[in-house]
Amino acid sequence: ASTLVIAEHDNSALNAITRSAVTAASKLGGDVDLLVAGNNCDKVVEEAAKISGVKRVLKASAPHLERRLAEELEALILHAQNSNKYTHIMGASSACTKSVLPRVAAKLDVNQISEVIAIESEDTFVRPIYAGNALATVKSSDAVKVMTTRATSFDKAEMNGSASVEEISSAAVGASEWKSEELSKSDRPELTAANVIVAGGRGLKSSENFQMLYKFADKLGAAVGASRAAVDAGYMPNDAQIGQTGKVVAPDLYFAIGISGFTGAIQHLAGMKDSKTIVAINKDPDAPIFQVSDIGLVDDLFNVVPTMTEEIKK
Amino acid sequence: MRALVGVKRVIDYAVKVRVKGDGSGVETAGVKMSMNPFCEIAVEEAVRLKEKGILKEIIAVSIGPAQAQETIRTALAMGADRGMHVKHDDILQPLAVAKLLKAVAEKEKPDMILLGKQAIDDDCNQTGQMLASLMGWPQATFASKVDVEGSNLTVVREIDGGLETIGMKLPAVITTDLRLNEPRYATLPNIMKAKKKKIDATDPAELGVDVSSKLQTVKVVEPPTRQAGGVVGSVQELMAKLKEKSLI
Repeated sequence: ASTLVIAEHDNSALNAITRSAVTAASKLGGDVDLLVAGNNCDKVVEEAAKISGVKRVLKASAPHLERRLAEELEALILHAQNSNKYTHIMGASSACTKSVLPRVAAKLDVNQISEVIAIESEDTFVRPIYAGNALATVKSSDAVKVMTTRATSFDKAEMNGSASVEEISSAAVGASEWKSEELSKSDRPELTAANVIVAGGRGLKSSENFQMLYKFADKLGAAVGASRAAVDAGYMPNDAQIGQTGKVVAPDLYFAIGISGFTGAIQHLAGMKDSKTIVAINKDPDAPIFQVSDIGLVDDLFNVVPTMTEEIKK
Repeated sequence: MRALVGVKRVIDYAVKVRVKGDGSGVETAGVKMSMNPFCEIAVEEAVRLKEKGILKEIIAVSIGPAQAQETIRTALAMGADRGMHVKHDDILQPLAVAKLLKAVAEKEKPDMILLGKQAIDDDCNQTGQMLASLMGWPQATFASKVDVEGSNLTVVREIDGGLETIGMKLPAVITTDLRLNEPRYATLPNIMKAKKKKIDATDPAELGVDVSSKLQTVKVVEPPTRQAGGVVGSVQELMAKLKEKSLI
């Protein structure tokens, strides 16, 4: 195999999900190239070259690549494919790779394989369907395998490599124009990168009550998430949503607080069931969440959370 | 302007799917089927654009067996003007679906194509992007706000960590995310009216599209289930357990 991995970054720092994609690519055997497309992204390239298992970093730095628009990236990836004839083109699943890789696959007249969670061989992969309620093993006989991998399913590659750097470029397409962005600012860790997550559900009863979770989370250096029910009720913004239609997370420790699992259980579980240890806190002993938790506590969260916050202080 | 809207018939989102004993797929016999929720959002957005006077005509397309007509009827009851049924009985990959939609689009010449970002059965999230690429059109995926002014399209998109606004010229492909709108329920009078709306039928052969696929499903299995752990009696006990495991 020879594989091209698309790096995820914001022009100033490499997103760690890139390292999980490199681990997945390494399982295919053969050389791994990493494409860093952006603008003024030298720091990212420097970091990318240190990822163990990467042979070459392809650096494409240009104003039209700054926002990583799908049409621009498509042209660049097809150009790299033309020159290097990769057998696999892939990236960790993200808004960016999900937008561009199907375009690349269509132009190559091959299928795309989404959200791969296990690589069985060069042509056989496992992916969740029906929000993770079933796992499909698929085999591709396409000339090029284009796929996205789920970041939480592969460990992050080490950072003791020394890849060579090669510059590539492609002409601007200009099909769409970036206008603005509005990113949620926070000092807290990002949900998909956090080791500990404190998630709240409809049991929190209001957006104000989530402050209690933030206090607790800050003691643990944890990220705060929410079930879809809590998001739909307006307690938390959409980007805090954990579940199949939100973020898929797999931290070492996951607190499910006031998430009963009676409604939308399938949806929420799909987003967090790979967490190493799940703690469930709910006042209803029959809440389905206790069927998947490692440690359960049947109690009123409004008593439990402040007490836990106090306990950690000691 | 006119819009093409893709609608897919899937197992209803509230149904707990069961994997077939022989590992060939999931059980669909006797299971409640509905329009894919993201497709409903796409239909709703098209109907709103029509209500604003931006769209003149909405064509709902579905690819699937005979029952896919029910899904088209639902779109017609929500406000689409006519339907197009591409008859095909087997499961198709997004690449084949994109090729079929392209063939339909070349006949209908829409100014925009609206699709759900993802179908909740195969969870692929590919068709809109593939279609845009094959058409040579720009795309606005994961839309949470759509504005059309003349031939200018401005879309707010849901990206990792927030929102992004992009602009492009029509024609374009838009794929819809959850926050875009709340789909309406079809009213009884509209359901009655929808019965009189026209649904044309075609198939892959007539459209000249090869739908064979080089991606085969080897097997489908249940995911491993988590074992339920114990329940502790107090916060103190919980904290002690977490400390014991060096988790806090």
